[in-house]
Amino acid sequence: MNKMAVAAFALAATFSMTSVAEYPEKSVNYVIPFGPGGESDITARHQQSFFKGKFGQELVISYKPGGGGAVGWSQLNRMTPDGYNIMGINLPHIIVKPQQKDVGFKTDEIVGVYIFHYTPDAIVVKNDSPFKTLQDLIDYAKANPKKTTFSGSGKGTANHLAQVRFDKMAGIQTTYVAFKGTGKAVTALLGSQVKAEWGYTSVGAKHADKVRMLAVAMDERHPKFPEVPTFKELGFDLVSGAYRGIAVPKDTPKALQQKLSDMIGKINADPAFKAKMENDGMALLDIDKAAYPAFIDKMTDVYLNAAREGGILQ
Amino acid sequence: MIEYLLQALTPFHIALALGGVIAGTVIGSLPGLTATMAVAVLVPITFTMPPASALILLGAIYTGAIYGGAYAAILLNTPGTPSAIATTFDGFPMAKRGDGDLAVTLACLASVVGGLVGALFLLLLAPPLADVALAFGSVEYFWLAIFGLTLIAALSKGNLLKGLIGACLGLLLSTVGVAEISADVRFTFGSEVLLGGIDVVSALIGLYCIPVLMDLVATSDKHLKVTHAPRGFRLLESLKISWRYKFNLVRSSVIGTLVGILPGAGGSIAGLVSYSEARRTSKNQGEFGKGAPEGVQATESANNATVGGGFIPTLVLGIPGTPPDAVILGALLIQGVRTGPNLFTGEGSIVYTFIFGLILATLLMLPTGLLIGRYAYRTIITVPKAMLVPTVAFMTIIGTYAIRNSISDVIIMIVLGVFAWILNRAGYSPSPIVLGLILGTIAEQGFVQAWTIGSATEDLMGMFFGRPISIAIVLFIVFTLSYPMLKAYLVRRKEKSHVA
Repeated sequence: MNKMAVAAFALAATFSMTSVAEYPEKSVNYVIPFGPGGESDITARHQQSFFKGKFGQELVISYKPGGGGAVGWSQLNRMTPDGYNIMGINLPHIIVKPQQKDVGFKTDEIVGVYIFHYTPDAIVVKNDSPFKTLQDLIDYAKANPKKTTFSGSGKGTANHLAQVRFDKMAGIQTTYVAFKGTGKAVTALLGSQVKAEWGYTSVGAKHADKVRMLAVAMDERHPKFPEVPTFKELGFDLVSGAYRGIAVPKDTPKALQQKLSDMIGKINADPAFKAKMENDGMALLDIDKAAYPAFIDKMTDVYLNAAREGGILQ
Repeated sequence: MIEYLLQALTPFHIALALGGVIAGTVIGSLPGLTATMAVAVLVPITFTMPPASALILLGAIYTGAIYGGAYAAILLNTPGTPSAIATTFDGFPMAKRGDGDLAVTLACLASVVGGLVGALFLLLLAPPLADVALAFGSVEYFWLAIFGLTLIAALSKGNLLKGLIGACLGLLLSTVGVAEISADVRFTFGSEVLLGGIDVVSALIGLYCIPVLMDLVATSDKHLKVTHAPRGFRLLESLKISWRYKFNLVRSSVIGTLVGILPGAGGSIAGLVSYSEARRTSKNQGEFGKGAPEGVQATESANNATVGGGFIPTLVLGIPGTPPDAVILGALLIQGVRTGPNLFTGEGSIVYTFIFGLILATLLMLPTGLLIGRYAYRTIITVPKAMLVPTVAFMTIIGTYAIRNSISDVIIMIVLGVFAWILNRAGYSPSPIVLGLILGTIAEQGFVQAWTIGSATEDLMGMFFGRPISIAIVLFIVFTLSYPMLKAYLVRRKEKSHVA
């Protein structure tokens, strides 16, 4: 342990003197704790080309899936803390999972340097659904408790917590059916297995020809879907989604953490990056290193309350 | 159409298809490096290409990797990818008795036929067939998994009880780790190693390959029997065999295409289902498991047919049919291509150019597959045992690590391998365990989802037994289970009537 601390200190000292200004001098290893092809992968791929363009080095994406991200995050702090190893982080996963059971990491052990976007939650229905507005759905759910079935991605996830919170706000009881990933949840909706889906704005973008969104969980309307109201407009204070960010091993020198945070902020500020992300239905967010702890505290309250009410946590 | 065909035949596209097939075949032949990995690794190269070219390259890699999985299955008894599980059943016995070269060539021909059938369905019937993916709900996956479990009878090589015990063990193993949809942490005993569950590919490597390696070390026999000088490709012989079992090839390819359309089933299921169908309908049932060429043909044609089949929901619905399709779909999104029916009507230049490119890649698989196959076979039979064992052992570790960049998977793989060697002594074969491991997750998810929806709508019976496709699968399960008895009864009656 002592040896580790000394080594980390030595590493930090050398870095603060020489390498921070030149960072990155070689390719950066970006670990995604999920499998390839998912939304975490796709957003990372979007960052990839801008990183190379702005900083001249490759961002090399690799995957460490398993346990809904737990396998990756439990190993995060054992990676070499030299700034060349970074990992994607997802909310609510890193907040809810450690509360459920011992999954090999704790929320406050994860050193996040940036939350760069979120994919807002949305209620999605098929084009031919009888629910034309959110009110239609609420009316039906009130008349038929539990019979309104929603598909969604996973349990204790953004979709699931949104369902729990919205049920309480609207005073309704609905049934949430967890699927493995958004792709399978959409399939269940398109195949009419369920009446609606707690999905994301990205579902509305990807399957625009087959589905409609009744409301999106954002502060303001999504630029790609100006006709879809927000929950806020309709009187429900629900702003939520799947948040994605980047974390580093905890012994990474502070100066490097700051530089990395600034770099991701620069990618976010690029209008071309913004346009690409918004076209996929996502929304950019700028929670940098300084703002990260307060943001996590705020979201922890929100998520854990919802999770307790929803019976996900005891 | 002709202009798309011509677009697919530009020198650039031919080079992409050829390069992709070669790269895919080599990657797929290494245990642990799956088609998904092969595609994911090469995605960044495609960012600068036009969409149709990117698709041709990725499709070629994918189809090559599925075929490449056959080499390790035949020559080392280790499925290079999950799709090739059933290839080991007859491929390895063939290699053992000295027919490895024949098995490799047969696998190549079958893969080309399967790939072409899948691609033709994609070309001609994609939009209507995509609806199959939607008609298949949670409950249908549950029943499909139960149907899959009936294959234990075919896989347990004579001892049904041991097969059932093995399958139960596999089902139990499938529950280890963080549950996919309920997020419960199960059977990890507080260990981080088990947190991610038991990955199917690392289990495959452990259960199949490690016992082979241990036997190689424990006995003085040669790995494969070689009684003669190399005999070239044995292409003519293979063509004759393929022609004799042409119905098997076509049936397996159609099964493969259909299973490929189902998101969440994939090449392993396609191979296993068509293997058991081939066995059930064959006149040489007794030969299966001992080196029947039909077994190799069935699996290899079916798993390559899933490539074309899997692209159907991927391109028409934006829903990936197989795991590699998910990666390819991601690559298309980054290219700014929107999938959907419009892709077939409005942007035919992308989709049809790609399909012709896929057909081209499949055809190129014939010469490249034969050449690489012969090289692989020669290497395995000529390399001395003292070199073969350490090399393969090294590959299994690297391959297992590469699946999820995780040392835990390597530990699990080795433990399962030693365990499988001991079980093999006691007469348990690894296949029922793997079957349980793969189907356990599918059955559990399907059941939980169907049960939740069924209880919410207060119609559990209707959910499980009221949907047309469910009824068909349930009837098929009953038929499959009672078929041996039915057949025995019919034979008896026939004999009786002869006597009378």
